[in-house]
Amino acid sequence: MSTGTLRQVAIDLQESEENRALIEAIKDDNPELTLRHLPGLVKVQAAGRIVINRESVENRLGREWETGEFQLAIVSYTGNFSEWDDDRIIVSWEH
Amino acid sequence: MSVPTKKAASKPARKLPLKERYALLTRDLDWEPGYVDREQLFPHTRYEGIKIHDWDGWQDPFRLTVDAYYKYQVEKDKRLYAVLDGFAQSQGHLSLSDASYLNAIKLFIQGVTPLEYAAHRHFAYLARHLEGPAPRFAALCQSVDELRHCQTQIHTISNYNKYYGGFHSWSKMHDRVWYLSVPKSLFDDAMTAGPFEFLISISFSFEYLLTNLLFVPFMSGASFNGDMPTMSFGFSAQSDESRHMTLGLEAIKFLLEQDEGNVPIIQDWIDKWFWRAYRMSALVAGMMDYMLPKPVMSWREAFELYFEEQMLGGLFPDLEYYGIQPPRHVNDAIAEKDHLSHQVYKILHNFSFAAAFTTKTPDEAHMAWLAEQYPDSFDQVYRPVWEKHRKIEADGGRVFFQGLPQLCQVCQVPMAFTEPGNSAQISFRRSTFRDETFHTCSDGCQWIFEREPEKYVQAWLPVHQIYRGNCGGPTVPDVLAWYGIQEGDNGEYTGSPDQLAWAAWHSDGDDKAV
Repeated sequence: MSTGTLRQVAIDLQESEENRALIEAIKDDNPELTLRHLPGLVKVQAAGRIVINRESVENRLGREWETGEFQLAIVSYTGNFSEWDDDRIIVSWEH
Repeated sequence: MSVPTKKAASKPARKLPLKERYALLTRDLDWEPGYVDREQLFPHTRYEGIKIHDWDGWQDPFRLTVDAYYKYQVEKDKRLYAVLDGFAQSQGHLSLSDASYLNAIKLFIQGVTPLEYAAHRHFAYLARHLEGPAPRFAALCQSVDELRHCQTQIHTISNYNKYYGGFHSWSKMHDRVWYLSVPKSLFDDAMTAGPFEFLISISFSFEYLLTNLLFVPFMSGASFNGDMPTMSFGFSAQSDESRHMTLGLEAIKFLLEQDEGNVPIIQDWIDKWFWRAYRMSALVAGMMDYMLPKPVMSWREAFELYFEEQMLGGLFPDLEYYGIQPPRHVNDAIAEKDHLSHQVYKILHNFSFAAAFTTKTPDEAHMAWLAEQYPDSFDQVYRPVWEKHRKIEADGGRVFFQGLPQLCQVCQVPMAFTEPGNSAQISFRRSTFRDETFHTCSDGCQWIFEREPEKYVQAWLPVHQIYRGNCGGPTVPDVLAWYGIQEGDNGEYTGSPDQLAWAAWHSDGDDKAV
């Protein structure tokens, strides 16, 4: 898989009240994450991969959260959805 | 698949895991045809030379099912329409940065919204004609998405049509007006290709490779200039767009993995469609750098971030695994990143008497920003041009180019681009086909022309059509009437109906001159 590659992956998220908790959760699980604010947007970026865990998001949001709800938050991304199931989403490069 | 036995407990059975739900939808609901053979059922998947051995190799990472699709789409629409109502009820248009900002949105509804509708139609075709149930379902969702985008854009922007010019006849204009033939002809080119080429042209090149350059600038520009509704439909559409990007990436990987013989065909299509979509993005470059009263990010910076860093640096090393190289002519695009937006806006500025938006010479503050963003080209090449315009305008004049420009046979942009590395020399390519001469604006467009001359000699070039007498008549007023352009939609911004109305709405209520 993607271990060893250092190419950047990125996700652009709408800047909104709910997404603040989501972004906090992504920060919790991806310590190398960098954030860039663009008008209306937050771009999260990391080398190799970004993981989003349902449990971490639920902890931050204080309610149940389905990984499908990520579709309401995302604006754009760079990389590849290498995993998307009930518990987590991973964006990485494959090769 | 066995049907799970119902539990006796009163609690509803927990839903199946996402992976299983998706597998049931995209595999178990498909069937082998009995009355006809597969070739008759799917007649369009062989003639392009692409070989597919196992359609089940297609995976949608989103694993979207029907119930999930509608659940989230409903939520997206609810959020959007709440914003639209709030904006209309609070006279939100008055809080824009300036009325001239709306020129960007005029370009959007005239140039982009009709493409959404075209995409809706063509993804419906793919939803019928692709052989695998998974790509068919993904195409069906995208077809519905694109219709939603078209409709939400019309709804959103219709609010501005009550107060400003240039918004009234966008659909007719898209089919007729010269600068709109740039996006229209690109999409017509894609829709008249086979289903696999369409996947590479629109799903991959347009939606994945260049989407961030094409759409995100409009949305960030909207956000920065107080246009909340456009920002909201944009982000709402973009959230679908990330699914479309995934379809594009999945399509290219799937096609490359299926057969080694597919690789050179795909490479050719990437080479062609990168350049086609990039040339169209020139209009967006001009918009970003010149049409936003509060600019967000220069074309150059966006190109470096979204294209050079993320695509050339991230995506193409991934595709190298399959033997795919970065697009042919990509270096020409990099070489002209300091020039593209300026050259395009000069064209729009010179010809806006025949456009359904207005233009203006950048003021001192705007030029200072441009000089900062383009330290290697603005002061040296473009500032002197704008200063000349300012001087003429200070004396009461306004330069509009008299006469019709020559258009590139492929991208249909007027032939005003310069040679990579020499901004004093117009780039001009000549090809001969069936004893006729055809002109293109760049090595990229010439390569595309010479690869399929039979296709591009049929181009509906707006300037040629005017000369042939197909556009309402021989004079400018005749052509503008045929375009659907009304007095005040076009020309110079300063003194236009939009500008005068804006000034009146923002004066302090007494009748001193505005």
